[in-house]
Amino acid sequence: MTEAATRPVTLPLARVRPLDPPEDLARWREEDPIRPLAYPDGHQGWLVTGHAAARAILADPRFSTRIDLLHMPIPQRAAQFRSTLRRPGFFLRMDPPDHTRYRRLLAGQFTVRRMKRLEPRIEEITRDHLDAMEDVGGPIDLVRAFALPIPSLVICELLGVPYADRKKFQRDSAVLLSLDSTVEEVEAAMNDLLDYLDELVRRKRAEPDDDLVSGLATDTDLTDEELTGVTTLLLIAGHETTANMLALGTYALLRNPAQLAAVRDKPEVVEDAVEELLRYLTVIHIGPVRAALEDVEIDGRLIRAGESVTLSVSAANRDPERFPEPDQLDVTRHAGGHLTFGHGIHQCLGQQLARTEMRIAYPALLRRFPGLRLAVPPEEVPMRTNMAIYGVHRLPVTW
Amino acid sequence: MKIVADTGRCIGAGMCVLAVGEVFDQSEDDGTVVLLVPEPPASMAGAVRQAVQLCPSGALSIAESPEEEEQDAGDG
Repeated sequence: MTEAATRPVTLPLARVRPLDPPEDLARWREEDPIRPLAYPDGHQGWLVTGHAAARAILADPRFSTRIDLLHMPIPQRAAQFRSTLRRPGFFLRMDPPDHTRYRRLLAGQFTVRRMKRLEPRIEEITRDHLDAMEDVGGPIDLVRAFALPIPSLVICELLGVPYADRKKFQRDSAVLLSLDSTVEEVEAAMNDLLDYLDELVRRKRAEPDDDLVSGLATDTDLTDEELTGVTTLLLIAGHETTANMLALGTYALLRNPAQLAAVRDKPEVVEDAVEELLRYLTVIHIGPVRAALEDVEIDGRLIRAGESVTLSVSAANRDPERFPEPDQLDVTRHAGGHLTFGHGIHQCLGQQLARTEMRIAYPALLRRFPGLRLAVPPEEVPMRTNMAIYGVHRLPVTW
Repeated sequence: MKIVADTGRCIGAGMCVLAVGEVFDQSEDDGTVVLLVPEPPASMAGAVRQAVQLCPSGALSIAESPEEEEQDAGDG
């Protein structure tokens, strides 16, 4: 191990090529998959870029996800997180046994079988949006017309949040996920969203409907405050992530015509294609971050109690030791084992919903518009480098 | 091959169901794993091993049993 390899670095976000992680990450993964990282608050912690090490740490109960223990690798995120996510119901930021209580209450609502039952409705929603695109005609922004509304509508119906209120929560969640937002803006957006959903939770408790929030209100011991937190988390996570996968995935396929043709023309590759797009694009482009609860030795590195570890899943998903020719988008490979949904007890609760949506939406879009193409030069598509979830801000397309 | 499922560790991610739906299912109450076929035939061994490997919480393991194992077919 050279001295240069152990010198602390800061986490890069800027990309040379929009679909590949920052170049330094690949070099560091080769040199030293667990290396020192300088955190903007002065903390000296770690950056993990190797797949095996990232996977092991995500599954290791000696690492915590509690926000009060974490140092964040991006300065804006640190301030934003501290002011928002330490609230009742935000189980993503809890360790067992607190986390277990929430996960148990929710996991039954997101099973593979339940998500399968949603397929006809998701197909219908997708069809409606494709019809509307056809009526309006191109060029059109695919984010606004397709990628954002489909998962938004699906999660609204599942939770029981009125879709008519989408302007409000889509605006708030955009502020919450922007690295350009000030702490004040983040606090205001979070309070606005919490007030709105608190009101919704009270309404569901008084007059339960046939939806997830009503079910949690009537069948569990969650307090109003806890249930409001849970609903906030599910609403944000439920549409931003899939929306960005749909838009960025379409952009990636448009830039790889042979891969696009396979997804469009071969129904049998769709399942693998979705996993490969999840791996290749890794819209979770910062972190996740964990803090060691005790001294832990991994691959000869001693991570001391209290030290933060940033797990670059975008780098880990391009690890050639796990995925041959990792920088190639190959929709026919078996990309299972990617870390885009995480690993360990916090692995994405809604992943089966996200898969169901993507398996329906990508081929439906490509089959409806076989001539789909970018309406601007590819380098003019604005990338979400400044957002917690990577993707495209807009995707002008025509057909 | 006999599958051992620790429902106390399971977080209901559904990766096993996704990998081998004929062998694994999930409880609709808390999403935890339900073994449909606790002792799958050799023909399914590869897929089952993959499911065990994909499990995010380490709730699944495989007990390779000798020929003369006792016949109390476990339900996990």
